[in-house]
Amino acid sequence: MEPRMMTGAEMVLQALVDQGVTDVFGYPGGAVLPIYDAIFQQEKIFHTLVRHEQGAGHAAEGYARSTGKVGVALVTSGPGATNMVTPLTDALLDSIPMVCITGQVATHLIGSDAFQECDTVGITRPCTKNNWLVKDVNDLSRILHEAFYVATHGRPGPVVVDIPKDIQFATGVYTPPDPRGHKTYQPQVKGDSAAIRAAIELIAGARRPIFYTGGGVINSGPEASKLLREFVRLTGHPITTTLMGLGSYPASDPQWLGMLGMHGTYEANNAMHDCDVMVAVGARFDDRITGRLNAFSPNSRKIQIDIDPSSINKNVRVDIPIIGDVKNVLADMLHVWKAEKPKTDKAALKQWWAQIDKWRSRNSLAYRNSRDVIMPQYAVERLYEATKGRETFITTEVGQHQMWAAQYFPFEEPNHWMTSGGLGTMGYGLPAAVGVQTAHPDALVIDIAGDASVLMTMQEMSTAVQHDLPIKIFILNNQHMGMVRQWQQLLHGNRLSHSYTEALPDFVKLAEAYGCVGFEVSKPGDLDGAIAEMIKVNRPVLFDCRVAALANCLPMIPSGKAHNEMLLPEATDAEIDSAIDDAGKVMV
Amino acid sequence: MNAQPTQSFVQPAKPPLERHTLSVVVDNEPGVLARVIGLFSGRGYNIDSLTVSETEHAAHVSRITIVTTGQATVIEQIKAQLSRMVPVHTVRDLTAEGGSLERELALVKVVGTGDQRNEALRLAQVFRADVIDANVDHFVFELTGKPAKVDQFIAIMGPLGLVEVCRTGIAAVSRGKRTD
Repeated sequence: MEPRMMTGAEMVLQALVDQGVTDVFGYPGGAVLPIYDAIFQQEKIFHTLVRHEQGAGHAAEGYARSTGKVGVALVTSGPGATNMVTPLTDALLDSIPMVCITGQVATHLIGSDAFQECDTVGITRPCTKNNWLVKDVNDLSRILHEAFYVATHGRPGPVVVDIPKDIQFATGVYTPPDPRGHKTYQPQVKGDSAAIRAAIELIAGARRPIFYTGGGVINSGPEASKLLREFVRLTGHPITTTLMGLGSYPASDPQWLGMLGMHGTYEANNAMHDCDVMVAVGARFDDRITGRLNAFSPNSRKIQIDIDPSSINKNVRVDIPIIGDVKNVLADMLHVWKAEKPKTDKAALKQWWAQIDKWRSRNSLAYRNSRDVIMPQYAVERLYEATKGRETFITTEVGQHQMWAAQYFPFEEPNHWMTSGGLGTMGYGLPAAVGVQTAHPDALVIDIAGDASVLMTMQEMSTAVQHDLPIKIFILNNQHMGMVRQWQQLLHGNRLSHSYTEALPDFVKLAEAYGCVGFEVSKPGDLDGAIAEMIKVNRPVLFDCRVAALANCLPMIPSGKAHNEMLLPEATDAEIDSAIDDAGKVMV
Repeated sequence: MNAQPTQSFVQPAKPPLERHTLSVVVDNEPGVLARVIGLFSGRGYNIDSLTVSETEHAAHVSRITIVTTGQATVIEQIKAQLSRMVPVHTVRDLTAEGGSLERELALVKVVGTGDQRNEALRLAQVFRADVIDANVDHFVFELTGKPAKVDQFIAIMGPLGLVEVCRTGIAAVSRGKRTD
């Protein structure tokens, strides 16, 4: 076959098409102009123009998380690349597959402190799975295909391909994706069968079992969620889910104990503490989950299924590690379980469920509602009621509103909940919603936001308007950085140092200025009507929901405490003020 | 399977530190060494010694030999973190495998005259160090051997006019016919 000759810029577009990409989020600049010129001359790749490169990164993350496909961002050299550092780190911590293409100054200028030059591969090395600087146009297509392979294989994550401007102009040979995969990077996807058998034996013999499942289930694809449901129902065991795993198991199922961890439910955390067998599925024992490490689930034997060997025994020692892709391992486990039909200890399990029901009856998500002021929890509950039965995707920023969204907005399906879990990036939700809406034009996409977070990437409202993306920004406006304020109450004698936003914009006027629709609601009685109207509007909306200013996000495991030492909603201010001791104070 | 639940905390009180020599085969590409070193600095691991060079030109492969110190759990993490890197072919723990060969080369400059100078030369002969440069008031010795031997030689040269040392870091290979 004739070698296919094309310019570097054309290769970028051809590689995207060959990798099945249909959408790119980006921002042009001097060092990527040849690629933008190639974009102009084709119709297969749709480009969404953001207002800040960080927005392109988070939009690509939202797109990836809601579709299971790779998110693609395209930015220029220098500041374009440095503005991508936050989304790249975010994607690395939350295992989101993302390919970021950056322009670079021409190869002969590299190292000369040229205009808009920075050491992009140096800067992004610690926040990517891998990155490449392309120095020869004949390497470009191979590297691009390798980038997609690395982003999607093993534990997914972000990669960067840095392309100097002269390489974009140069002509070379284009090679299609190599079906043989990668010469060195071949992560194990199938679990060890002896370990799987040992795990089944342990699960079957458990008296107080729990499944603890995380974002890895969602990353493994919808099949993994399906298999998880089947396996959990077959065993009859209780299951709890991390923040990143919400939706992998239906919230309406009675076997689900809710989210666990720092703001998880009383029943989930106590079950984790008292269990005798823990099955961690695609979850990495993050510090928000474990609480005080030397008091974490002290009497359990632990099984961990993870595709990343470095997640095993990192924070918590496990008894049976199973390295593999969740969907493959769960399929094998189901197969063994069905073949062997193991006998479970029905009497012990019944007792365990009775104990769990006792914890459940504490109703740890209770809150005192008000007639005069909108409680933030109530606002999320009403939002859920109004959207029930629709195809709804939720993104969030970071803070109290994020935890309230996780606690009060139940998810039935995976890929419908987009949040910045590991890095905790304020400003994630709005651009992520842009990405989600791009992938799902007809769905209802809501960013449950906070008044402080939303201002960090507010400019992306302009993106939403330009591209007819009717995202709904639902701001729980308590006029504070609520989680910072809560921690100042917990740790620093309620001295609210710089956690009060004294000059908030008029969000309705701001919405209008951007060409969006603005709502402001402050009375509980007006909430339902306004939400219904918001949903009806087929344009981007900023919804300023004025909520109680000083509400705390509870229940909570105070830092430095164990799972069975939770602060419950009925905690008094005095109890909250003294909840964290000196050892806990130094923890984040 | 243990009948009793095992201790599940990774960090019990003061576990002993271990010193391990890791042999890491990587693609000889720009940035790979930076990525490996960045892993150590970013995650707070120690590097006691680092040696790197291209070992197979045709295969475009380099070998990085790293000596590191840490608790057993940390050593396990280091190996897992290295293994999952895209340009890493293999990671071998030569210390865990046992019986590996370790050598280091040092260039040692000693300045002095008279008895001191004679004594330095005499000791260098005992250690089988070569003189690779000399004048009436200095020697440069080349010494190859186990790191402990190099340490000892440098310590002895201290009072005899030692002014400069350059060490290559440890090169290590396993015994027997096994290869990566």
